[in-house]
Amino acid sequence: MVNPREAAAAVVDPEIRVITIDELGILRSVETDPATGRVVVTITPTYTGCPAMDVIRADVRRALAAAGHPDAEVRTVYSPAWSTDWISDSGRAKLSAAGIAPPAPVARPNVVPLTLAVRCPRCGSPETEQVSRFGSTACKALWRCRSCSEPFDHLKAL
Amino acid sequence: MSADLFDFVLGLGDDALIAAQRLGEWTSRAPEMEEDIALANIALDQLGAARLLLTYAGELEGAGRDEDALAYLRGDREFRNCLLVELPNGDFAVTMAKLFFLSAYQLPLYDALAGCGDERLAAIGAKARKESAYHLDHSSLWVRRLGDGTEESHRRMQEAVDQVWPYTHELFAADPAAPVDPAGLRAGFEATVEPVLTEATLTRPGDGFTPGGGRQGLHTEHLSFLLAEMQVLHRAHPGARW
Ligand SMILES: [Zn+2]
Repeated sequence: MVNPREAAAAVVDPEIRVITIDELGILRSVETDPATGRVVVTITPTYTGCPAMDVIRADVRRALAAAGHPDAEVRTVYSPAWSTDWISDSGRAKLSAAGIAPPAPVARPNVVPLTLAVRCPRCGSPETEQVSRFGSTACKALWRCRSCSEPFDHLKAL
Repeated sequence: MSADLFDFVLGLGDDALIAAQRLGEWTSRAPEMEEDIALANIALDQLGAARLLLTYAGELEGAGRDEDALAYLRGDREFRNCLLVELPNGDFAVTMAKLFFLSAYQLPLYDALAGCGDERLAAIGAKARKESAYHLDHSSLWVRRLGDGTEESHRRMQEAVDQVWPYTHELFAADPAAPVDPAGLRAGFEATVEPVLTEATLTRPGDGFTPGGGRQGLHTEHLSFLLAEMQVLHRAHPGARW
């Protein structure tokens, strides 16, 4: 049997298929209920209305079943609320490689916000502009590079 | 369980649900592609909040009604949403005025819920407030752009603000027993709204006309038509699944 944590962590996000749910930070825990021996996987949505949640639940159950845990339970929690700060370094690197500019750190209250330029994931130029703060999925904004003219997605800080 | 808490949560859930349905009407009809996507995304956020709130309301009631039963199987007199969200979309300026006032109310509301004693509402508030901040940002951008734009866009934005403003009063009707008393959100709302209107060269309307009744189930005729469209599939095919 494959370790249930590894099986769940390998599930890819259905809307951004280059990154796993673990790297995205929406996989919160994988535990084994000591009384029943059942695996309990806890996930949290990026946005409240994220339409991918049902698919993610099904994919996690399928991955756990394939790993020898057919009765695994998937729970959804809303607190603490997901933040783009939970995306791992490997996740950020994969987003960038796939042409999606990763998010800047979320501004903290009482801290002078740093306005970091969003770098073009194609050519690396900081000469970019936002076209629309809403993009192809709830978590993305649409940007454009002024150097190479390519439009690109940017995972917006949340 | 507390009947008061059920009514409160139901009201907030209905606000989000009806707002989602109205915003969804713009899909494929917005003035530009980016705006089409933006309005659909905001509708989806509202729907997400509605699902969490209505699920919780159903549990508080303890009568076995889930989010779908509450959304699809109630008549108009059983809805507790504010009148603001059920008003027709009108032109783009009216839609932006509605969204601007709604998000300037929802953001401090969710923020206050995030710190309230009810654990479920606190979790929903902490999640939804992050999304509301984007809605407020987006709508206030448009209010400024249209208000301080051309003569025609200014005229239409002012008309929209005048038309929608009276419906904001209902949002702040006192409910001292609620986890967050909406009356306490009024000052924050005005502090958000007034600088934007000023920057947009728009005039803040007077406060004479204050329609209400939504929280008691007394709605405009517009809600019935909206519900007919939203509920028809579920009522024709109860329990249907994709
Ligand atoms: Zn570039």
